[in-house]
Amino acid sequence: MTAGTSSDTPAWGEAGLTLRQVHGQLTLEAAGDWVIATAPRLDQKIRDLPVAAGQKTVTIDLAGIGRLDTAGAWLLRGLHDRLAGSNLSISYSGVQASHRPLLDQVERVQQGTPVTVTPPSHLAEIAERTGAATINFCREAVAMVGFLGLLVVRLGGVIVRPRRLRWTSVVYHMEATGLNAMPIVGLLSFLIGLVLAYQGADQLRRFGAEVFVVNLVGISTLREMGVLITSIIVAGRSGSAFTAQIGTMKVNQEVDAMYTLGLDPAEILVLPRMLALLITLPLLTFYANVVGLLGGALMSWVELGITFSSFMSQLQSAVAVHHFWAGMIKAPVFAAAIAMVGCYEGLQVTGSAESVGRLTTQSVVVSIFLVIILDAIFSILFSKIGI
Amino acid sequence: MTDGRTDPDVVIRVRNLVTRFGPQVLHDGLDLDVRSGEVLGVVGGSGSGKSVLLKAIIGLLRPASGSIKVLGREVERMTDRQLRDIQRQWGVLFQDGALFSSMTVCENIQLPIKEHTDLPQSLIDDITRVKVAMVGLPPDAATKLPAQLSGGMRKRAGLARALALDPSLLFLDEPTAGLDPIGAAAFDALIADLQQSLKLTVFMVTHDLDSLGAICDRIAVLVDKKIVVDTMENLLDYPHPWIREYFHGPRGRAALAAVH
Repeated sequence: MTAGTSSDTPAWGEAGLTLRQVHGQLTLEAAGDWVIATAPRLDQKIRDLPVAAGQKTVTIDLAGIGRLDTAGAWLLRGLHDRLAGSNLSISYSGVQASHRPLLDQVERVQQGTPVTVTPPSHLAEIAERTGAATINFCREAVAMVGFLGLLVVRLGGVIVRPRRLRWTSVVYHMEATGLNAMPIVGLLSFLIGLVLAYQGADQLRRFGAEVFVVNLVGISTLREMGVLITSIIVAGRSGSAFTAQIGTMKVNQEVDAMYTLGLDPAEILVLPRMLALLITLPLLTFYANVVGLLGGALMSWVELGITFSSFMSQLQSAVAVHHFWAGMIKAPVFAAAIAMVGCYEGLQVTGSAESVGRLTTQSVVVSIFLVIILDAIFSILFSKIGI
Repeated sequence: MTDGRTDPDVVIRVRNLVTRFGPQVLHDGLDLDVRSGEVLGVVGGSGSGKSVLLKAIIGLLRPASGSIKVLGREVERMTDRQLRDIQRQWGVLFQDGALFSSMTVCENIQLPIKEHTDLPQSLIDDITRVKVAMVGLPPDAATKLPAQLSGGMRKRAGLARALALDPSLLFLDEPTAGLDPIGAAAFDALIADLQQSLKLTVFMVTHDLDSLGAICDRIAVLVDKKIVVDTMENLLDYPHPWIREYFHGPRGRAALAAVH
């Protein structure tokens, strides 16, 4: 009947608990619907119940109860516990047959099992988390070196037998990570070229050394900006995609299935992505360099009146070819780092969809971090050998 | 066709339901009445649209045409407020539990209680404990994340969340699939218990012939894009080949032998 009500709110009956004393006999009469909607009031009534001193027995009369749900049944148990706590012996009357299964269910529940974890004290928690993060970081680093080793071995296997490689997959990932990234990489590099030239022109004009804008734009774009901007975009774009793709496969147990079919996930999932990025990132870097220089040339012409041909000849005389190679040689190294981190984090996904999200974030952060660290190492190396 | 608007005993009324995905028609003019306080088992071959029917009734999927009334109201034409009221009165258990993966089991169960009532936290904790015990989960499971549970335990936790507000209408999508036979039997007993004390109406998509025999009052069979509803005894004598095969196949016979 209750289910058929058509009012806006379910028609809960008034619930009540009344204490009666008839011929020295104490009776508690429960009435109405003991359901979750009436629970707050009933809870309060049970708390406010005056427990008379000098009484030995009490009868709880349940005959007046209409509907009973688990919340109501729990309150009845709470009432029992409270009365028993004041040394009353309790008897029941009027228990309806339809309520009995639920009352029995609730009776079986153990009291006091914690449902929430109590967090340790604040300071201890900070120490614990720091420790766990440190240990985790070291483990990750070791595992990542191990993963790199595995990849090198697999790569060697593929070089010996190139037929084993999934070339379709490689081409697919080249399109996804390279071709599709061209608009955004081009736009950002062009803008960076513009900004470099504009800022440089502003400063160099004070010394009347406007023409050195070409050196500034050329060297900074070719050595650092082109490759760095490209790598960071690709890490955000493709590194995260690698983690999410492999992670989702992990959640769906596709990776497990691969393993049981005698297929090697490292060879099928990781190598094609790695190879694709090793090919496309240098190409993208070259493209970014060209577009960046174009941006610089445009701004030099607008701001300083340096024509395109004089920009080119100044570029040729000022920027030696080793600057170009110093930038380009970083690209495959960065590509390997991004692909490795992206795939590694993807394979770390366990069970839930939530860990896909968490590890994707981690993948982007770690790969950008690695790219910048590697760039710094390259700078030190280059300055030591005097390039 | 009897006019059901005046019949308070019908909780779910489906009339002339048509659902289709592209050119594929799943239900074609399907009629169904679910009566208050009954346990209705819905069966049908794979791809016959059992889960789709369930989704259409709870408003997750918009049918191509037809009317669906739950608790006397058209599902598609409800205001947000009415929908909230109805949602408070039904509980849904999805196939794999559909627990929120970033919350512990206990937080999952407490979420609807906190959202729809203003009980004190201590009472909410108590009710959570009751639900956890009711569905047969060990007490320490309450503090775990769904990813740390087995498939069967996730299902139980999902049921605990569906029961959090003690709904009057319970939708179960293959509740006993993936449970061991003992757990499945205990689950059947639990549904029967709850149904008695709460006067629950249960809409259960299932393939478990044992639960069909043990707890279902009536059985709805989805065949030929329509539905046939009857008691188990009467369905046994139906001439339709699929229904015959279903109840008289080797598994059907074994389950029936156990019931009688």
